[in-house]
Amino acid sequence: MSTGAANRTIWDDACLAAAVVAVAPHAVGGIVLRARAGPVRDAWLDLLKSLMGPTKPLRRLPLNVGDDRLLGGLDLSATLAQGRPVAERGLLADANGGVLVIPSAERLDGGRTARIVRTIDYGRVEMERDGLSAKLPARFGVVAFDEGAEPDETAPTALKDRLAIWLMLDGLSLRDTSIAPDWPSRVASARATLANSDADPNLATLFCEAGAALGIGSIRAPIQALAVARVLAALDGRSMAATGDAEIAARLVLGPRATRLPSEETPDEENGPEPEPQQAAAPETTDPGGEDTSPEQALSPDDLELVLAAAQAAIPALILADLAQQRALGRAPPSQGKAGANQASKLRGRPAGVRRGEPRNGNVLSLIETLRAAAPMQLIRQRLRGGPHLLADGRQRIEIRADDFRIARFKQKTSSTTIFVVDASGSSALHRLAEAKGAVEIILSECYVRRDSVALIAFRGTTAETLLPPTRSLTRAQRSLAGLPGGGGTPLATAIDSAMQLAAAQKQKGISPTVVVLTDGKANIDRAGKPGRRAAMADAHTVAEGFRGLGINALLIDTSPRRNAEAEALATVMGARYLPLPHADSTRLSQAVFAARRDTDERSGSRT
Amino acid sequence: MPAIFPFSAIVGQDEMKLALLIAAIDQSVGGVLVFGDRGTGKSTTVRALAALLPPMPVVGGCRFNCAPGTGCTHTQGAETAATAPVPVVDLPLGATEDRVVGALDLERALVHGQKAFEPGLLARAHRGFLYIDEVNLLEDHLVDLLLDVAASGENVVEREGLSVRHPAKFVLVGTGNPEEGELRPQLLDRFGMSVEVRTPEDLKTRIEVVRRRDDFERNPDVFNARFADDEQRLRNHIVAARERVPGIPTSDHALERAAQLCSDVGTDGLRGELTLVRAARAVAALEGASEIDDAHLRRVAPMALRHRLRRTPLSSPDSGARVERAVADLFGGSGERLVI
Repeated sequence: MSTGAANRTIWDDACLAAAVVAVAPHAVGGIVLRARAGPVRDAWLDLLKSLMGPTKPLRRLPLNVGDDRLLGGLDLSATLAQGRPVAERGLLADANGGVLVIPSAERLDGGRTARIVRTIDYGRVEMERDGLSAKLPARFGVVAFDEGAEPDETAPTALKDRLAIWLMLDGLSLRDTSIAPDWPSRVASARATLANSDADPNLATLFCEAGAALGIGSIRAPIQALAVARVLAALDGRSMAATGDAEIAARLVLGPRATRLPSEETPDEENGPEPEPQQAAAPETTDPGGEDTSPEQALSPDDLELVLAAAQAAIPALILADLAQQRALGRAPPSQGKAGANQASKLRGRPAGVRRGEPRNGNVLSLIETLRAAAPMQLIRQRLRGGPHLLADGRQRIEIRADDFRIARFKQKTSSTTIFVVDASGSSALHRLAEAKGAVEIILSECYVRRDSVALIAFRGTTAETLLPPTRSLTRAQRSLAGLPGGGGTPLATAIDSAMQLAAAQKQKGISPTVVVLTDGKANIDRAGKPGRRAAMADAHTVAEGFRGLGINALLIDTSPRRNAEAEALATVMGARYLPLPHADSTRLSQAVFAARRDTDERSGSRT
Repeated sequence: MPAIFPFSAIVGQDEMKLALLIAAIDQSVGGVLVFGDRGTGKSTTVRALAALLPPMPVVGGCRFNCAPGTGCTHTQGAETAATAPVPVVDLPLGATEDRVVGALDLERALVHGQKAFEPGLLARAHRGFLYIDEVNLLEDHLVDLLLDVAASGENVVEREGLSVRHPAKFVLVGTGNPEEGELRPQLLDRFGMSVEVRTPEDLKTRIEVVRRRDDFERNPDVFNARFADDEQRLRNHIVAARERVPGIPTSDHALERAAQLCSDVGTDGLRGELTLVRAARAVAALEGASEIDDAHLRRVAPMALRHRLRRTPLSSPDSGARVERAVADLFGGSGERLVI
């Protein structure tokens, strides 16, 4: 198939997807479109708009939207003008019955994601804000434009999980979009048909089995595939979904979620090379037929094959190659669910609500919130005074008391990240690696209590690898540390270099980094990745000097069996505290880390 | 009001259901923390529980859900008897503090210039459940406030010239996803029980989940009618169990076993033992037993203790397995999983 033809097929699917969303936005949840801003995306959005019809709302979510606009709240100016509380609806309630468009969805943070996701699940907004309490219907579909540059930079998993259709529009040109279907009437009649559609009872089974064969963990996927199949049938004027609908639904919903390829054998015999921990893929439950599922079990194996083939066609070529490779290597696919971009924006000193307090000691007065607090008291205060307080020109003065002062609260800026750089080379013999892991464990538990982020860099062979980008999730830290293998050369220079870059990046975000290096200091791989002790040590020292220049606080834990001059010298060059592990019990370890961190705090303190 | 998925129609998730039933039978066991995968029906289950519980007697007209005969001072004149559904109050993310604790009644202040207290979510949740989805994303100052009230059972409001105190005893139910960040240990400890839920992996179960969800969404009334008998049966069970709880003694044997178990798995503080015994009593009551035996303790041990283990970051994330091993060691046997 030529690229042009393939692109037109993608566009056809995109058109169909727009129609599906337009018919039943809330039932199908919506769509994740991997597409940069541009004419193709605009063309698609225009199509969706025309299919939705003029009466259905289409609201765009500003990425940095505040709770007052998102969920709604007190309309301050209207309240002051009318002298009674006036509620302002938020975006989510405004989108009821229509579609919420989220541009740059990959940058949506955890808090906003959680609010949106909850509204989707409940089908309504629960506003408990500014003295107002309301439950407003909010049944909408979401169109998430995912503009991530890297493959793993994507919209939040919690959101994606709820949106049935995943499509890639990247790579299409405007030419491919020339044919836009004229379906508004079809959409309108499909809405009517859908209201009394029948389900083919086999479809649920079909999608569950297909999902299992494709390694899809979420149970929402088959439910969504079912909803999409039904809408597709309705678009065709039928009240019952057929195999053809199931194929398309599998292509739109299941294919893009696949984490593995269905094995060539029939799906109930795949204990072969698959390392998947879910033995569940095999429906070999021995009890003969659950009570009410057995009569409809008459699912033809052909249907499953058709659906699987359709789904497979939708797995993008890149991912397909990746999956095939993973299979060849016998590896499990990387887990989804990175909080990714969330972390950064959450910490950048973003306003986090207000509280009562006086605007001193560096606290910032929040004027709007102060007015909001004063507004309801106006009448009461006037009464106490015996009449409104008039200014010389006859205008009425707003009475504000100290009690009304609200100060803005910001998310802590002083949070810190501890970056572990663990030597997993052969020279740090394996039992030493176990001890190093033990040391990391002790420090990790401190970080856990302090809600610090941790990151993990491991070095062995010729490279240093960031196993864990900064995270607060202990679970993830545990996993990546537990799976750390040992052996190979000691590329110390490369390791310090990686740590330096990561630390600098953290600093830029206003987070203070502390680097903890666990090594025996015996470098034998130089920066270029070539073996040789002399060059390797020289490189390590050069990088270490650069490290000291950045003024990042560091601790070097010497993992050699006894105090080792090379490691101690390296620590000095790096400007790091030195601690030989043989002498380190848990108390001393945490004291050392705290001392290093105190250095950090002092430094950042003296600068501001 | 949209239709609510019936409790008895929820497929699997036995541990979560049991924990919620225990909390419904004996409030003093404490809150429930539900950690787990997305799409496992966490919030569906909690809302289903609300619909399942029998209505509770209240003082007519009292805005604080006071029980009759507890010296309610929130109404004028003589107490009148009434019933109200057990409240399950959602604390949505983005709620402001004034709505959580209660504040000046805006309408009355603005229109009539009167100072009056408008109860908040804490008042509404009194004698019921306070449900927080994604509890790990809740702002810290709200968390502190909640912990304070949950511990004292009373909400004290001093703001905007108002000075109000009212009872606020509720069962805290929180959900979260461990991948999104950890909970502070102080918060963890406040929950009586914690359960971990997973997406069912067994194909047959998954098909049943999808079917029921689909049936419900297409025709909620028909679906709910199908489960009406089951719901009523379960409701009767709960009512009977509540009546039985006070009559089930705390035997020395049960106390000893609980203490032993807690010291074996290494939990801090007495809270664990207390929760263990109370939860076991609730299970005994649910089963119609007249005393707490080992089977009851065994069944609740993982949910009562797993979040109280002294955590070292590298211990297995599934601390439930650790508890189960200790249970098996103490009570003998293979520690087979028990289900409702």
